[in-house]
Amino acid sequence: MTGADGVTGTAGATRTAGVAGAEELSVDGVSVELAGARLVHEVSLAAAAGQVVGLIGPNGSGKSTLLRCVYRVLRPAGGTVRLAGDDLHALTARRAATRVAALTQEHTAEFDFTVAEVVAMGRLPHRRGPGGPSAEDRERCTAALRKVRAEHLAGRGFLNLSGGEKQRVLFARALVQEPRLLVLDEPTNHLDIAHQLEVLALAREAGPTVLTALHDLNLAAGHCDRLYVLAAGRIAAAGPPAEVLRPALLAEVFGVRAAPVRHPETGALQLLFDRLP
Amino acid sequence: MDCEGKAPGHAPAGARPGTPRGPRQGATAVSDPVRRTPHVNDPVRRTPTVPLALGLAAALLLSLVCGVAFGSSGIELPRVLRLLGAGLTGGRLDADEAAGYAIVWEIRLPRTVLAAVVGAGLAATGVAVQALVRNALADPFVLGISSGAAVGANAVLLFGAFASLGVWAISVSAFGSALAAMALVYLAARTAYGLTPLRLVLTGTALSYGFSAATTLMVFSADHAEAARDAMMWLLGSLGGATWGSVPIAAGTVLAGLAHLTCAAGRLDALAMGDETSASLGVDPDRLRRELFTVTAAVIGTVVAVSGAIGFVGLLVPHLARMLVGAAHRRVLVVAPLAGALLLVWVDIASRTLLAPAELPVGVFTAVLGVPAFLLMMRRRGQALGGGR
Repeated sequence: MTGADGVTGTAGATRTAGVAGAEELSVDGVSVELAGARLVHEVSLAAAAGQVVGLIGPNGSGKSTLLRCVYRVLRPAGGTVRLAGDDLHALTARRAATRVAALTQEHTAEFDFTVAEVVAMGRLPHRRGPGGPSAEDRERCTAALRKVRAEHLAGRGFLNLSGGEKQRVLFARALVQEPRLLVLDEPTNHLDIAHQLEVLALAREAGPTVLTALHDLNLAAGHCDRLYVLAAGRIAAAGPPAEVLRPALLAEVFGVRAAPVRHPETGALQLLFDRLP
Repeated sequence: MDCEGKAPGHAPAGARPGTPRGPRQGATAVSDPVRRTPHVNDPVRRTPTVPLALGLAAALLLSLVCGVAFGSSGIELPRVLRLLGAGLTGGRLDADEAAGYAIVWEIRLPRTVLAAVVGAGLAATGVAVQALVRNALADPFVLGISSGAAVGANAVLLFGAFASLGVWAISVSAFGSALAAMALVYLAARTAYGLTPLRLVLTGTALSYGFSAATTLMVFSADHAEAARDAMMWLLGSLGGATWGSVPIAAGTVLAGLAHLTCAAGRLDALAMGDETSASLGVDPDRLRRELFTVTAAVIGTVVAVSGAIGFVGLLVPHLARMLVGAAHRRVLVVAPLAGALLLVWVDIASRTLLAPAELPVGVFTAVLGVPAFLLMMRRRGQALGGGR
């Protein structure tokens, strides 16, 4: 992925320079409706280039819906999603996919592709015309698999992998898309603790700006530069984790009693939870 | 990641080596660090596509010659080859060869070529429909096409509808009603959020019953004795009516459809992985489904118009192709049409030689091969029947 990162990096530098003072990702007043119900109400958020921005909130607060709007499964009913100044929903699907990659919660497939084939799909938006992946594509795929330490899986069937292996392979697929923005929807779901930490470390190493929904507030505290709290489809709070994760807010939004403590060795913020009295 | 790396070592060596994978709990149960069976770790074995395709193409050519050579009136092989050569090069023949030439050139050859075209078309659309509804147990007819076409064909067979079209009446009517049936399925299955696979399958199945009821009603209200037999023959498929007139249209449509699908192979892969994945890879799943639906309607409508509703080819052959070369559509779409063509050429030979001079419907043979294979596949893929997302 070294070559890939280089390309993304330079492109990012030139493009952001053109937009005075703009954030890399800016979501402005986005509302999303599904089946007539408004699930996300005029949400605005922003991320600077290279930042890892977390989206937290209870179940049904609209995290996934908002993310799906960013990776273009849903169109916003109002507002815009801009990446480096370009309105993502004004681009063609293919062009948008060269800039935004997503790690969705979709892990099942009916057809048994090999790991190498699954990763190569990430090159699809970059490819013109018919024909399979080029030699260069294959190299990028191998590099991405090496980066997520899954090179040895290349010849295996995707459906036979464990949850952690699947997540790494899908991560590699997102990397070969060479996105400016990586959208992760609950990337740690169903993973054991070692894999959870691994995936989030990979997300930070990967290079592009990251927008991720997270359930685990301690992981959010430890891995995000900035957090947005969603409650009933609206932003309830935003800022650096230490400012956002206050007991009063957590009680209000999540309905839990939270006690912030410091990690005895690293001094990092940790939260202990109880039910509200 | 450590536990993942060590996992093969944790798996007891040789534990249940021969046991089948069983229901795919393992594949869906996440974060399971212990391997179920050792063979799951092995790289997937695949047949190289190019040699396989070349072999199939050679076998197909040979089978086309066999298709022309075998038949109820015994013309020996050297003479068949001489007649074929004469037809291809425009050479001269004696007057007493005329009858044999007519049989070989005007009856058997178009029929055999059409069998290959129909087989290729059914297999290619089978691949497309399975990606479309994201279920390897679907076939082109789940979308209500065959039963819809039967309504049109039987209107001609039983009541002489569209008599002004002459010999083309059945084909035109079947094609028209196949397209109408698919349009109906499409409109009924469509929602504000696009076409979902499960809705398509359910709507197709439900409307198929409606179309079948209409056909049955027509059979019962027809006043000639042969009605039921004619209707049944058509439903089970036959290439008996093949002429050079129908080959170019069928071949052209099938080849165009195949070319389109081949160009869309990468997008089909993305769609097969799921709607969310597809969208995040820049492939609008709803747009691709509409596109596939249209291509399938055109190809299947044409195929059904010239051959009736030949079942199971569109189900089995794509599956077979995937077992050999894996799921990637740019490989499946090379192997499946060739294998489909090969299969149907031989099924047609069997249908007209086994009980010669009587002719059995092609669908009987595809069902004889297809039903056991389908049941076997279903057992192997127990949990995959949901077919939804």
